[in-house]
Amino acid sequence: MKGAYFVENRVCKSHKVLVGMEVHVQLSTQSKMFTGAANGFGGEPNTQVDEQVLGLPGVLPVMNKRAVEYAIMVGLALDCKIARHTKWDRKSYYYPDLPKNYQISQYDLPLCYEGAFELVRKDGSTLKIRIRRAHLEEDAGKLMHEAPGGYAIDFSIVDLNRAGTPLLEIVTEPDLSSPQDVALFGQELQKIVQFLGVSHGLMQMGHMRFEPNINVHITDQNGQVHKTAITEIKNLNSFSVLERATAYEVQRQIRQWEETGSLGRKSTYGWDEAKGSTFLQREKEEANDYRYFPDPDLPPVEVDDAWIAELKGQIGELPAARRKRYVDALGLSATDAAILASDRETGDFYEAAIAAGGDARRVSNLILSHGRRIANEKSVTLKEIGIAPARFAEVAGLIDQNKISVSSAGTIFDKLREKDGAAEQLAAELGLTQVSDTSAIDAAIDAMIAANPKPLQDYRGGKQSAMGALVGMVMKNGKGLNPKMVQEALKRKLGGE
Amino acid sequence: MAEQKITLDQVRHVAKLSRLALDESRLEKFSVQLGSILEYVAKISEVNVTGIEPMAQALPMHNVFREDIVEPSLPLEKVLQNAPDADGPFFKVPKIIGGEEDSAG
Repeated sequence: MKGAYFVENRVCKSHKVLVGMEVHVQLSTQSKMFTGAANGFGGEPNTQVDEQVLGLPGVLPVMNKRAVEYAIMVGLALDCKIARHTKWDRKSYYYPDLPKNYQISQYDLPLCYEGAFELVRKDGSTLKIRIRRAHLEEDAGKLMHEAPGGYAIDFSIVDLNRAGTPLLEIVTEPDLSSPQDVALFGQELQKIVQFLGVSHGLMQMGHMRFEPNINVHITDQNGQVHKTAITEIKNLNSFSVLERATAYEVQRQIRQWEETGSLGRKSTYGWDEAKGSTFLQREKEEANDYRYFPDPDLPPVEVDDAWIAELKGQIGELPAARRKRYVDALGLSATDAAILASDRETGDFYEAAIAAGGDARRVSNLILSHGRRIANEKSVTLKEIGIAPARFAEVAGLIDQNKISVSSAGTIFDKLREKDGAAEQLAAELGLTQVSDTSAIDAAIDAMIAANPKPLQDYRGGKQSAMGALVGMVMKNGKGLNPKMVQEALKRKLGGE
Repeated sequence: MAEQKITLDQVRHVAKLSRLALDESRLEKFSVQLGSILEYVAKISEVNVTGIEPMAQALPMHNVFREDIVEPSLPLEKVLQNAPDADGPFFKVPKIIGGEEDSAG
């Protein structure tokens, strides 16, 4: 039998994952990209549709200035170069969700290009993701193969509400090196667009759609490298699916090579959530099949320094810069800084509390524990909990001045959520104020010593454990004294005698 | 001078992209016609454009924007008025088999 046939032995000894991402972000303008019909997500089918959206003869598209600005803002946040001159191109193809038979997009002159984003992993390591381009285009309508409610139909139906809405397509270089990185990058992008306020970024609403382009460099048992063909997984809209689909596709490509020796062909895959696997959709159309050409209806866009400066001013400090400042200048831990800087509202709230006089770290602790607890309990955002940032500063001040204990803070915040009031006054009403007046403490200690010679003798006789009892007795007579200060004063007094 | 610049395969390809069902017998005719159109347009390549900035638009305008303000949409019956077929508030189209959900991207 030996030598009758020969099965080539292919073993993947090690592999390197290379993933580039295409991300489509629905911009949250009021109106569509080139016309005034509402960009209202959802809505009754085909009610946000005008002559432009239908592609009727004689219409003239006019650019939505805010959409262009939103796109530039994302470009700036991703450290992109902003094109000083750009134009619009028609991408021609036929599909029932595209009434004009072309999509207005940007082909060779994207609005933003050559950017970079630093991905910070959970373990603190970083990965630089180069951004190839970010361009503006209009979205297509929604094509459905089931009737609303999931009923089977033997035709397809089209809702054009989404057609013509502004869409930002962000394309990275293949710098993502694991399924976890891919999902993390998606989450970071979501934070950026939400921080900038250019998209609601709600995954379940399809505001962000991800298309990872995946290939693998396989090193075999002889040290030879085999590069699989790039496959693209279309339309993923959850971070969990993004990670699982990428992981599956990586393994599928390796398995295919091991089993057949094939490196595959450039193609498009879909994700089947029920089966937990990818499936082949089509081999990729070549770019020139779309017959791109400049849209003669739309004048070009010129971007000057003044406009960019104005938009930079609107953006303010980005989350990454804010996070770094919280660590470097305010002394917060990396974890706390990341949470506070993750969205604009939380960061602004925090900074308002500091501006009101609160100590940076004390206020951070109070917001992260009590502020977030109350927000979670009420299912609202931090800004909506009904307690002003200045109150956090006041409570922080009371703690720092030893007027209340750290553990009383929660009681005061619970009171504050019921009714607003000066923190110090509430602390007094609740009987939480500690007396930190040293003369009052000294007097109480003296009174205790005079009345209780026995425990004092025990302590002096070497029973250090009597200290707790002594403090307790001082506290009993002098209600509201700061126990920490009582203990310190007591030690000083007894030790000094 | 019917120098054929477009092959029959190219005509087939373009016809397919344009969703046109072309009879094989007409391929030759279109190949010649398209060839002569391209030849005519090719005259423009004789112009010396050294030192001239490329332009994508004939009008000397740029940044023609509108403010982000919502204007009324058409009523549903107008939207569907010219549709080949409708199903309730939707456009009704032949079943798209094996395609992805939406085309944009």
